[in-house]
Amino acid sequence: MKKHTLSVLVENKPGVLARISGLFSRRGFNIESLAVGVTEETSISRITIVVSGDDAVLEQVKKQLNKLIDVIHIAELSPYDSVSRELALIKVEVDTTTRSMVMQIVDVFRARIIDVATDSLIVEVTGSKGKIASIQRLLSQFGIKEMVRTGKVALHRMSKTAADTIPEKLQKPEEE
Amino acid sequence: MAEITGAEALIESLENENVEVIFGYPGGSVLPIYDELYDADIRHVLIATAYMDSVPLVAITGQVPRPLIGGDAFQEADITGITLPITKHNYLVKDVHDLPRIIKEAFYIASTGRPGPVLIDIPKDVTTDTLDFTYPQKINLRGYIPPKSADVKHLREAAQLILKSERPVIYAGGGIIISDAAGELLSLAETIMAPVTTTLMGKGAFPDNHPLSIGMPGMHGTKYANYAIQESDIVIAVGVRFDDRVTGKLESFAPNAKIIHIDIDPAEIRKNIRVDVSIVGDAKTALLRLIGLVKESQPRTDPWLDRINKWKQEFPLQYKKDGLKPQYVVESICELYPDAIITTEVGQNQMWAAQYFRCTRPRTFISSGGLGTMGYGFPAAIGAKVGVPDATVIDIAGDGSFQMNSQELATTVQNNVPVVVAILNNGYLGMVRQWQELFFEQRYSATIIEDSVDFVKLAEAYGALGLRVERPEDVKPTLKEAVGSCKPCIIDFIVERTENVSPMVPAGAAINEILDLE
Ligand SMILES: Cc1ncc(C[n+]2csc(CCOP(=O)(O)OP(=O)(O)O)c2C)c(N)n1
Ligand SMILES: [Mg+2]
Repeated sequence: MKKHTLSVLVENKPGVLARISGLFSRRGFNIESLAVGVTEETSISRITIVVSGDDAVLEQVKKQLNKLIDVIHIAELSPYDSVSRELALIKVEVDTTTRSMVMQIVDVFRARIIDVATDSLIVEVTGSKGKIASIQRLLSQFGIKEMVRTGKVALHRMSKTAADTIPEKLQKPEEE
Repeated sequence: MAEITGAEALIESLENENVEVIFGYPGGSVLPIYDELYDADIRHVLIATAYMDSVPLVAITGQVPRPLIGGDAFQEADITGITLPITKHNYLVKDVHDLPRIIKEAFYIASTGRPGPVLIDIPKDVTTDTLDFTYPQKINLRGYIPPKSADVKHLREAAQLILKSERPVIYAGGGIIISDAAGELLSLAETIMAPVTTTLMGKGAFPDNHPLSIGMPGMHGTKYANYAIQESDIVIAVGVRFDDRVTGKLESFAPNAKIIHIDIDPAEIRKNIRVDVSIVGDAKTALLRLIGLVKESQPRTDPWLDRINKWKQEFPLQYKKDGLKPQYVVESICELYPDAIITTEVGQNQMWAAQYFRCTRPRTFISSGGLGTMGYGFPAAIGAKVGVPDATVIDIAGDGSFQMNSQELATTVQNNVPVVVAILNNGYLGMVRQWQELFFEQRYSATIIEDSVDFVKLAEAYGALGLRVERPEDVKPTLKEAVGSCKPCIIDFIVERTENVSPMVPAGAAINEILDLE
């Protein structure tokens, strides 16, 4: 099924994430990943959501999200006009013979080793889902003890700020 | 200016929103609010379907004091969490200074765009905190901009389709009533000479006695409405959401028709069904503009209307008139009190009310559509009577549903709210029994409620009037006695027990596969 990346600006308030995750589960939408963080404008957070589904599902996801009062703006990001990254930390089992082999792989992937113990290493890798999957596959032969991923984050290439994005939607209804 | 408490600020804010009546029930955490109500000008009457049926509602709930939240304190419930999926929006007030703004926003959100319920949860210590009160004039909700006007380009496309059409059907719903567009609907129908079918929520949006009216569509709709939809070349859907009780099997709904969908909620467009032209906006504005675009044309629908009229003659709504029939009770109510406000419970009683009460005005038929909430009709009747004291208000009820909220008899008696409850007493959870008869080999599991309660005595116990009717000839005199008494009243109509709602489209069938039931 097709994957879509949505970049959603929301009010930076408690409970907003619950509204969004609740909406996805109630309407039966599939979340592949979700990453949240505050933007340069502290009253706004950006949520990057990867959803899978056909075009009809995507249309409903966008419209239903838009109905949430705390959702300020939604953009669908295509690979052509946006950049995206994911970060993973992978704890790999090593011994004296395998340590250097792991380090070689880390080098090739331009990943980094950020912690060393006698029998394990922690590797930090950023990149696309595909890149993370490849290094994971290669490292698994040594034994992966633990792993964590952030989910995808993405930004539009155009030079705008979160606050810039809002005004299109901000034609305030005039109070009579 | 002197500081006032959160409770006082709440009451002042409500007065700013021109609230006249509150329905509610006291308890520990709301005591400071009730103490303020004691002195206020707002009338208070002791008493969630609202989301599904787009009802503008502001609900205020009392929460435990802030320091106790999250600690499972006595009577603590995460009401904002619980109501997330069934409210348009909700608030937990954490600072008394936010209270006036939140109330202003809540009323705005509840009543604009597609209306819906908004809940405000107020911790007890917020109601006793103080603030320097001013009620805000402006609203600043950057994430909420209800759509206003309809898209002109799409309106032109819609008009083009309508002008080419020979077999149009207008499918109108609750959106017409919400947007006060009944006049525009009538005018569009008469301009293009198209038949109009109104949904349960749209009942009253178009006069049931108008020659272009074809009644309700769907599962228990009229045969002629369903046939008309299936044979149409264009369906003009306004303020409806293509509920499965209307469409039956989606893939075979209106197979030869182009579909124009007008709705204020963009998420309704293409949610359930393919749409050829979509118009997002207020129904009244959209219809007005659409009329402007089609009014010069000559309608060519005569042969189509002839066909529909033949169906009307051949397949009328009908029932066998032996014994005391529930349909006859509804017809009698309609004959005696055509201008009454009708509320309904849920089940067979609701469908007979929809089929046999002929509404002529909007906001006179109030029923729980999307969720089919048993127990809805009686409190809805109380609300209607309090809102329109001069109207005759009659709850067409079932013996099962009524018992979900029969304690409200105390409300009607204590507050002197003279509504009539017409119980179509069949001794069954009749609608479920009907399904068991048809689809579960007449195994009546848990649906027999015969002799469960004496409704006459129940009414009398509360100080209301209780009447019983067992013969057809007593129906009308008893109705007159009840309405004439100007007291809260229950009439227990002992109706034919195993009467079924007919016609019926079996679940999952196409809507032209509609059957007569005995
Ligand atoms: C709260 C609730 N519980 C259960 C149902 C399922 N249900 C739908 S109709 C019905 C029977 C209602 O019985 P009654 O009020 O006697 O109406 P009748 O169909 O007999 O006219 C039931 C149980 C429901 N809609 N709502
Ligand atoms: Mg019953």
